[in-house]
Amino acid sequence: MVDWQFLVLLLTNGVLIGLMYSLIALGFVLVYKATDAINFAQGEFVMIAGFMVAVALGAYGAPLPVAAAAGLAGMIAFGFGLERVVLRPLIGRPVVAVIMATIGLAAVLRGLGPLLWGAETKPLPLPIPDEPIMWGPLFLPPIQLLGGALSVVFLGVFGWFFLKSRQGVAMRAVADSQQVAMAVGINVERYFALAWAMTGVVSALGGVVWGNLLGVDVHLALVGFKVFPVVILGGLDSIPGAIVGGLLVGLVENVAAGYIDPYVGGGTKDFAPYVLMIVALMIRPYGIFGKKIIERV
Amino acid sequence: MIHRECGVLKTSYAADMALYPLPIARWTVAGLAVLFFLVIPLSLHEYYLSIVNLVSIAVIGALGLNILVGYTGQISIGHGAFMSVGAYTAANFAVRLDSPWPVNLLAGGLMAALIGAIVGIPSLRIKGLYLAIATLAGQLIIEWIINHVTFISGGVQASIEVPRPQVFGYVVASQRDMYFLLLAAVGLAVVGTLNLMRSRVGRAFIAIRDHDIAAELIGIDIFRYKLLAFAISSFYAGVTGVLYTYYLGIANYEQFQVTVSIEYLAMIIIGGLGSVLGSIFGAAFVTLLPILIRYAMEAFGGLFFSQQTVLNIIPNLRLILFGALIILFLVVEPEGLNRLWRNIRNYFRVWPFAY
Repeated sequence: MVDWQFLVLLLTNGVLIGLMYSLIALGFVLVYKATDAINFAQGEFVMIAGFMVAVALGAYGAPLPVAAAAGLAGMIAFGFGLERVVLRPLIGRPVVAVIMATIGLAAVLRGLGPLLWGAETKPLPLPIPDEPIMWGPLFLPPIQLLGGALSVVFLGVFGWFFLKSRQGVAMRAVADSQQVAMAVGINVERYFALAWAMTGVVSALGGVVWGNLLGVDVHLALVGFKVFPVVILGGLDSIPGAIVGGLLVGLVENVAAGYIDPYVGGGTKDFAPYVLMIVALMIRPYGIFGKKIIERV
Repeated sequence: MIHRECGVLKTSYAADMALYPLPIARWTVAGLAVLFFLVIPLSLHEYYLSIVNLVSIAVIGALGLNILVGYTGQISIGHGAFMSVGAYTAANFAVRLDSPWPVNLLAGGLMAALIGAIVGIPSLRIKGLYLAIATLAGQLIIEWIINHVTFISGGVQASIEVPRPQVFGYVVASQRDMYFLLLAAVGLAVVGTLNLMRSRVGRAFIAIRDHDIAAELIGIDIFRYKLLAFAISSFYAGVTGVLYTYYLGIANYEQFQVTVSIEYLAMIIIGGLGSVLGSIFGAAFVTLLPILIRYAMEAFGGLFFSQQTVLNIIPNLRLILFGALIILFLVVEPEGLNRLWRNIRNYFRVWPFAY
C-alpha cells in the first residue's frame, strides 16, 4: 500500500529543492566549463554572498534591491580578484593543486565571513510570503518556487549565452583548447576572469535564496557538499546537466529521507546522493550530459 | 638531515639509494636519537610533551597520505574516515575482546587498509577530480555508517572509551609514557616509508605517479599497485586513528571528520609532496599552527581587542591562516617546506664560499 499523498509531497519538495541545488551547481559548472578549474569552495561562495546581502539588509538597513546589487557587485569583484591572485598562477599545474587551492580558499572564507560580520545566524528577509501555497495535493513554499524559477531562468540565460553570444562562443573556444583560442586572438585570461565573475553572480543569487531559506551563518556553506553529486550526475561541463543532476539529487534525497529515515534515525539526506554518485562514477563518470573525454586509467 | 654534505662521490646505484648517503649521516641520526630519546622527554614539561605527542601522531598520518598523494599521485579526501575505521576497530577489539593494544593497533590498521582499498577501487577507472570526489563520498558514507550502526559506534554519542595501553604489564598513563610509545611508532613509520620507497613497490608507485601509461608499458600492474598504495596509506591512517584514540582515551567519530582529511592534505602540501622529511615538517607545522596562534593572540591580541573578542576570533583566525597558507604554498612554493629546507642546505653546502 503506497501512501500517494506522501509520495507526491516528497516528489514536489524534491523537485523544488533540486532546482535550488542546480542554482549552486551552475556556478561550479560555469567555472569548470570555461577554465577546467574545480571549485571546492562553491558552498563558501554562496555563504559569503549571503553574508554580504544579509549584512547590507540588516546592519545598514539598505532596501532589498540595493542590498542585492551590493551582493552582486561584491561577488563579481571577488570573482575577478580571486582569479587574478589565486587561480591564474595555478594554470597548467596538476589538478590536485587547484583542488587544494580552492579547499584552502574555502577555509579562508569560512573564517573570514564570521570574523568580518559576526558568527550569529542572520535572517535574510525577502518580500515574499512565508506561508506555503496549497495547490491541490501540492505544498509549495514560495521561496523554493522562487529558487526553482531562478534556476530555470539562469539555465535559459546561460544556454543562450554559450550558444549565441560572441563572448559565450569565445568562452567555449577557450574551454576547448586554450592555445588555439589564443592563436585566433581570444584573450584567454579575460575569459577566465569573466567565468569566475559569472560564478560570482550565480553564487550571489544562490546566497540570497538559500540564505532566506536557512538563515545566514557558517553552516550555509554546507550546501556546497551537495554540489558534487549534482555535477557528477549531470556532467561536469553541462548546464542542462546541472539542472537534471539537481533534480535527481533533490528527488533521491527526499524520497530516501522519507522512506528510510524512520528506520535508521535520520541523516539519509546527506548520504543517499553520495551513494548515487558513487554508482554513477563507476558506470558513467562523465555524467548524463557531460563530454565523454574523461581520461581512463 | 642537518649535517653539511661534502665529498659526495657515488659510483653505484646502491650507494645512491642508501639510507645513509654519507658516513656522517649516521652521526646525525645518532644525534637525533639522543635528542628525541633523552633530551626532549627529560627536559620538557608534561604539557609540551602532550603537544609533541600530537605532532607524532600527525606525522604518521601525514607519511601515510604522502605515500598515496605524493608518491603514487592519487588523491584522497577520505583519510579522516580511514582513521576513524582504525579507531573504532581498535576500540571495539579493546572493549569486546579485551585484547592487548598491539593486537588492537594491528587490527585497526589492517581494517583501515581493507576499507581504504575498497574506497580506492574507483581509482582504477578515474583519476584527478573524479577520484577526489569519490574519496570524499567515501568519507561521508563511512562517517554516516559509523554514526548510525550502533554495533560499531557503541550507541550513545558514538564514542567508546578505551583502556590505557600496557607494555609488559606497565601501564602507559602519563604523556611521558605515551611519548615513548609514539616515538617508537613514528620511528617505525619513518624507516618503513623510507625503505618502502627504496623498494620495488616504491619505485612502481613513483612510476605510476610520473606517467601511468608508461608505467603500465614497462610491466607495472597498475591495478595492483594503486590498490596497494591505497591499502598501505590507509594502514598508516588506521594506525594514526588507533594511536589518537589511545592518546585521547576515547574513540569518537567527531575527531575524524572531513576537516581532518583536509588538514592532513594541507600537511603534505605545506611540508612537501613526495618527501618523508616534508611530511614531518608539514605535520609539525599544521599541528603547531593553531597552538601558536592561540599563544600569540593571548599575548598580543589584548592590545587591540577586548578579551572576549580575542577568544571569539581565534578559531576564525586559525581557519583563515590555515587556508591562506595552503594557497600561499601552492602558488609560491609548490614543493613546500622541504624545498625551503633544501635551499638552506644548498646555500650552506659551499658556505662561506660564494659559488
